[in-house]
Amino acid sequence: MWKNLMDWVEYRLPIMRVANMHAIQYPAPRNMNFWYMFGFLATIVLVNQIVTGVWLTMSYTPTAEEAFASVEYIMRDVEYGYLLRYMHSTGASAFFIVVYLHMFRGMIYGSYQKPRELLWLFGMFIYLALMAEAFMGYVLPWGQMSYWGAQVIVSLFSAIPVIGPDLVIWIQGDYVISGATLNRFFALHVIALPLVIVILVFLHIVALHEVGSNNPDGTDVKRKKGSLKEDEKTTFKIHEYYTDKYDIVDDIVPFFPHIVLKDLVGFAFFLLAFCYIMFFNPEMGGYFLEHPNFEIANPLKTPEHIFPVWYFTPFYAILKAVPHKLGGVIAMFAAIIFLALLPWLDRGKVKSWRYRCGLHRWNLLIFAAVFVFLGYLGGTPQEAWKIIASQIATIMYFGFFVLLFIYSKNERTIPVPARITE
Amino acid sequence: MRKLIFVVSLFLSAGVLAAGGNVHLDKAEYDLTDKASLQSGAQLFMNYCLGCHQTQYQRYQRTFEDLDIPLELGSENLQFTGEKPGEHIKNAMPAESGAKWFGAPPPDLTLVARVRGADWIYTYLRTFYADESTKFGVNNLVFPDVGMPHALQELQGVPRKTNEKMLIDGEMVDRYVGIKTDGSGELSAAEYDTAVLDLVNYLVYIGEPSRLQSESIGRWVMIFLLVLLVLVYLLKKDYWRDVH
Repeated sequence: MWKNLMDWVEYRLPIMRVANMHAIQYPAPRNMNFWYMFGFLATIVLVNQIVTGVWLTMSYTPTAEEAFASVEYIMRDVEYGYLLRYMHSTGASAFFIVVYLHMFRGMIYGSYQKPRELLWLFGMFIYLALMAEAFMGYVLPWGQMSYWGAQVIVSLFSAIPVIGPDLVIWIQGDYVISGATLNRFFALHVIALPLVIVILVFLHIVALHEVGSNNPDGTDVKRKKGSLKEDEKTTFKIHEYYTDKYDIVDDIVPFFPHIVLKDLVGFAFFLLAFCYIMFFNPEMGGYFLEHPNFEIANPLKTPEHIFPVWYFTPFYAILKAVPHKLGGVIAMFAAIIFLALLPWLDRGKVKSWRYRCGLHRWNLLIFAAVFVFLGYLGGTPQEAWKIIASQIATIMYFGFFVLLFIYSKNERTIPVPARITE
Repeated sequence: MRKLIFVVSLFLSAGVLAAGGNVHLDKAEYDLTDKASLQSGAQLFMNYCLGCHQTQYQRYQRTFEDLDIPLELGSENLQFTGEKPGEHIKNAMPAESGAKWFGAPPPDLTLVARVRGADWIYTYLRTFYADESTKFGVNNLVFPDVGMPHALQELQGVPRKTNEKMLIDGEMVDRYVGIKTDGSGELSAAEYDTAVLDLVNYLVYIGEPSRLQSESIGRWVMIFLLVLLVLVYLLKKDYWRDVH
C-alpha cells in the first residue's frame, strides 16, 4: 500500500530520484573538517529567519507611528513573542558569523578556483542580498539606530554624480527617511529579498552539486571514466548521475548519513552558543542589539555615535578611511567586488593553503586579522589614531588581493597528494 | 573556533570601552528575583516618577502579576488615575505641556534601563546636587544641565557638593568629598541608596519583563542541548567507524 503510493507519486514527481542524487547518494570527500559545517548552518539559520520572520510579521505594524510600539507589544503581550524576536535578532548576527566563516573556508582551501567560479559568484550574490536584507530588517524596529543608520547608509547614494540626490529621494520615497521608507523596506525585507536569497541559495547548491565539493586537500575525488581500478573505487552506493560521468575514488562518503551526522554535531555546538546568547544575553553587550535602538526614532535628535551593526563595521571603516565621500563609497563597494573577483585574481593552480607557499598562508591570516581589526575600527567611537589606522588597514585589505595576484602566477607550491591524506 | 573566540572577545572588550563615559558609574547590584525590592521600586516609580514619565508599553496587570502584587491591592494602591488594570502605565500630562515646562517632553521610561544601563540610572539618581544657577535649582553629575528637578528630594534631602577640611601630611586641606545631603530628607543616606537601587531594579524589570522567564527556559534548553550533543556525537562516531 505505502510502496504503491510512493511509486504512484514517484512516477509523477521525482522525489526519491532528487533525494538520492543530491543527498543520500551524493559523494562528499571524507576529509571535510569542521570548516565545512558553516554552509549547513547557514541554511539552518536561513530557515530560522524565515519561520520566526513569518510569526513576527503577524504582530508587527510597519508604520512610523506604530512600529516601535508593536515590537514592544511582541516583547510583552504576544505569547513567547520575546523568544521569536530574539531568535530572529540573534539569528541575524549568527547568519553573518557563519557566512563569514563559510567564506573564509572557501578562501583557505581555494574553493573559488576552477571549476567553482560560478559557485563562488552565487555565494557573493547571496552575501550582497543578505546585507541588503539585514540592513532593511534593522530599520523595522524604528529605534534611534534604525533611523540614523538608515540615514547614513541611504545618504551614501547621494555621492553618485548627477543622479545621486534624486536617487536618494527615489529610494526613500520621501525627502527624508520617513514612514514611506519604513513601509517599502518592510515589503523588501519580508518578500522581495527573502525570495531572491532562497532562489540564490538553490542555485548555489545546484552549482555545488554539479562541480562537487572541494576539500581541505584540494584533491579531486572524481577521475576520468575508466581510469581507476575496481579496488580504488568507492564501495558506497553513489548515484549514477556521478558514476556515469566519472570514476569516484575511495575517498568519499555519502552526504547522508555521514556528512549530515557530522554537520549535526557541529549544529549541536552551534545551538549551544546560539541558545546561550538568545536566552541569557540577547543584546550581546550592545553588539547584536544596540542600546540606542531601544529608544524610539527621533528625527530631531542625532545620537552621539552612529554605528552600523557589527557585521557591517569593516566596510564602514573602509568608507570612513577615505577622506572623499564618493571615493569612500567606491572603496567600500570595491572591497566587496574584489572578493567576488577572487577566482580570477588568484592565478594559482593549487587550491588548498596546505600545499601553497608560506607567503599565501600569511597573506590569508593577515587578511582575516585586518578584516576583524577594520570591524573594530568601524564599530567604536572615532579617535585621531583610528583615522590613520583605518587607512593603513584599508590598504592592507586591498593589498591582500594585489599580492595574491602577483605571487600566484609563478608560485612555489608543495606537490598535492594524489589521494586524500587523512 | 579560535578565531571565533577571538572575534567574540574583541567585541566584548570593545563593548566595555564604549559603555564608559567621563563620569565614574557606580555598580548597581540589582536583583530581579528580589520581589520585595521590585515591589518597593514599583511603589517609588508610581509615586515619584509617573507624574511626568510614562512607561507606555507596559501594562499594570502584567506588572502586578510578575511582581506578586495581588491585583486588587495593586489597583487600590499603585493606580492613581482610575484606569483598568489591563491598561498601559501612562500619565495624563500632554507632551506639549511637558516640552513647555521642561524644555523637552519627559521621555518614556519603559526601556530606559536598556538604553542607559542600570549603572547609569543608579548613579544619575544619586548625583543630583544643589545649583542655584539652573532652572530647577539642581544639577547632575552624569547628566549636566538636565532639565529635570530632583524628584526624590523629599526622600534624600538637599544634596550639596561638599568640601571637608582634613589633615593630610600634617597640613589642613580643604578637599571635595562628594555629594552629601543636608539631612532634611525622610531617608538616611544608606536608606536612600537602597531605595534608588529598588527603583533601578524595577526599571530593569520593566525594560525586559520576560528576562527571568527567558533564563529559566534557557537552562532547560541548555541541558537538553548537552544531551543532544552527546547522542549526536555517539551516532556520528558509530556511522564513521568503518570509514577511516
